Amino acid sequence: MSNVPVDNGRRRFLTAATSVVGGVGVVGWAVPFIGSWNPSERAKAAGAPVEVNVGKIEKGQMIRAEWRGKPVYIVRRTEKMLAELKLADVTDQLRDPNSEEAQQPSYATNFNRSIKAELWVGLGVCTHLGCAPTYEKDTMGERVKALDNGFFCPCHGSTYDLSGRVFQGVPAPLNLMVPEHSYISGDRIIIGVGPDASGGKA
Amino acid sequence: MLANLMAWIDKRLPVTDAWNKHLAQYPAPKNFNFWYIFGSLAILVLVNQLLTGIWLTMDYNPSGEGAFASIEYIMRDVDYGWLLRYMHSTGASAFFVVIYMHMFRGLMYGSYQKPRELLWLFGMLIFLALMAEAFMGYLLPWGNMSYWGAQVIISLFGAIPVIGDDLTLWIRGDYVISGATLNRFFALHVAAIPLVLVILVFFHILALHEVGSNNPEGTDIKKPKGSIPEEEQSKFKFHKNYTDKYDIVDAIPFHPYYSVKDIMYVVAFIFIFCWVMFFHPDGGGYFMEAPNFEPANGLKTPPHIAPVWYFGPFYTILRIIPSKGIGAIGMFAAIIVLFLLPWFDRGVVKSLKSRSKLHTFNLIQFAISFIVLGVLGTKAPSPMNNMIGIIAAFGYFGFFVALWFYSKNEKTKPVPERVSG
Repeated sequence: MSNVPVDNGRRRFLTAATSVVGGVGVVGWAVPFIGSWNPSERAKAAGAPVEVNVGKIEKGQMIRAEWRGKPVYIVRRTEKMLAELKLADVTDQLRDPNSEEAQQPSYATNFNRSIKAELWVGLGVCTHLGCAPTYEKDTMGERVKALDNGFFCPCHGSTYDLSGRVFQGVPAPLNLMVPEHSYISGDRIIIGVGPDASGGKA
Repeated sequence: MLANLMAWIDKRLPVTDAWNKHLAQYPAPKNFNFWYIFGSLAILVLVNQLLTGIWLTMDYNPSGEGAFASIEYIMRDVDYGWLLRYMHSTGASAFFVVIYMHMFRGLMYGSYQKPRELLWLFGMLIFLALMAEAFMGYLLPWGNMSYWGAQVIISLFGAIPVIGDDLTLWIRGDYVISGATLNRFFALHVAAIPLVLVILVFFHILALHEVGSNNPEGTDIKKPKGSIPEEEQSKFKFHKNYTDKYDIVDAIPFHPYYSVKDIMYVVAFIFIFCWVMFFHPDGGGYFMEAPNFEPANGLKTPPHIAPVWYFGPFYTILRIIPSKGIGAIGMFAAIIVLFLLPWFDRGVVKSLKSRSKLHTFNLIQFAISFIVLGVLGTKAPSPMNNMIGIIAAFGYFGFFVALWFYSKNEKTKPVPERVSG
C-alpha cells in the first residue's frame, strides 16, 4: 500500500454519504413491511352499500343492519320520542345539540339528525372506543334525568339521546355517526349512498 | 473422557466460564427472602408459555372463519389439547401474578435505584411486551369478548390527534376487526413478541449480573477491593470477574444454594398452579370470561365488557376519565410513571426497612390503590365505582408525586454495613 496521508475531510464525507444512502435504503426496505398492514384490496372491495326494508319497523322499535361489518341502528321514533329530543332539560346536557361536528351528512344536519323525522339511521358504534350501545326504550331514566329513551354504551357508560347526540360528562366525545343513506322507495333505504348518489362516504 | 470433551469445548466456547460466572460462582446476597423467588418463577412460567404455545399452534387455525372452531377442536378432539390450552391460559394469569409480585419486591427494597436503573427499565420493557403479548393472545380464541376487547383497545389509538383514525385502520388492516386483524395478531403473538421477550429477558439478567442483586436490607455486598480483611470475606469461591474488582461479603453462590431453594418454591408454585388449572381453569370467569364462549359478533357488544383481571388497574384509569383523549393519556401515563420510578425516587436509601414511616405508608397505600383499581376494572361502570376509582387513581399517581417530594430530604435510618444474622 502507498503512504498517501489520510484525508480526514474526504473520509468524513464518504462516511456521511454512505450513511445517508444506506438510510434511504432502510426507509425503502421498511415500505413493504409497513404497507402490507394497510387494508387489502379485498377488504376495500367489501364495503358495498346495503339495502334495508324499513317498512316493518313498528313505532318505537329498532332494527340492526350490517354495513361494512358495522352495526347500523334504524329506529322508528314515536311522537313522544321526538318531543323528548327538544326538551330544554335534555338539550342543555348535550355536548353538541346542534350537530355542528361533521358526524352526519349535510342532509341529516337537522334537529332529528335524519332524512325523515321519525326514522333515525345511525351507526351503533360508540364514538368513545367503538362498542355497540344498547337501545334503552323507556329505561333511559335511570341514566339521564327527564329522558325515557336513548342509547347507553355498556362499556364505559356513555349516553346518547335517540338522535344519537352524546351527553356531557361521559367519555364519548362525539355524536353517533349517521352514515350516508337514502330512500330508494317509501319503505326501502340504501345505506352507503346519499340522496345525491355521492357514494359511500360517511 | 467427559473432562476432555469439556476442555475441547471450553477452548472454543466459554461454557464452563459462563456457567461459573452466572450460576456456580455468582455471588448472591445470603439474606434473600420469600420475595426473591419470583424471578426464577417468571422464567419457569415463560418456558411453560413458550412450550404450550408452540404446541397449541399445531392445531390452531388463525382465520376469522376457523379460529373459534379450532379452539373447540383443541378442547374436544385433540388428545391432551384441553390440558395444553389450560396450561397456556392459566399460565398467562400466573405470569402476571408472578411479575406483579416481582415488581412489588423491587418497590419494597428499592431495587430500581442507582445503579440498577437500566435493570429496572429492561424489566419494565418486559412488562410492556408481556402486556402486548397477552392482549394479542386474547384475540386469538375469536370469542365475543376477544373481539370487543380488541375493538376497545385498538380504538384507543384513535384518540391520537390527526393520525388516529388512519392508525387504527392500519393496525386492524380492515374497517372493522376482522380475520386480517386476527392473522397479524397471531403472527405477532407467536413469533415477533416472544422473540423480543426472550431477548429482553436475556438483557435483564445480563444487567442484573453486572450490577449484582439487591437484598432486603439494601446493603451492598460488593465492597471496595482491599477494604475487607481476608477472614471477614465470604468463604466461597466466586468468579474472578467479581473478586478482581471487589471484596465480596455476606454472599453465597447462586448455584447450588439458591437454585435448590428455588426448587422447593417451584414445587409449591406448581401445586397451586395445578389446583387452579384443574379445578378452576376459567378462573371463576376472570381468566376466561363468559361472553368468550360464543363466537365473535361484530354487531353485538357483550352487556358488560371487562378486561382480563391483570389489565384491570389500567382499564379503570381509562374509564374514570370522562374524555377519550385524556382517558387514553391517563392509562398510558400509569405505565410511564413506573418506567420513571428510578428518577421519581431521589433518595439514596433503598430498603423500606431503613426508610421513613411515611415511605412505608406511601407504599402500602399504593398497593391498596392498585388492587382497588384492579377490582374496579372487572366491575360494571357506575357513579359509585367511578368515585372510588378516582380516589384510587389519585392514590396511584400520588405515590410517585409524594415520593419525589419527600425522598430528597427523607429521615432514614443508617443502612447496615453488613447483613445481620
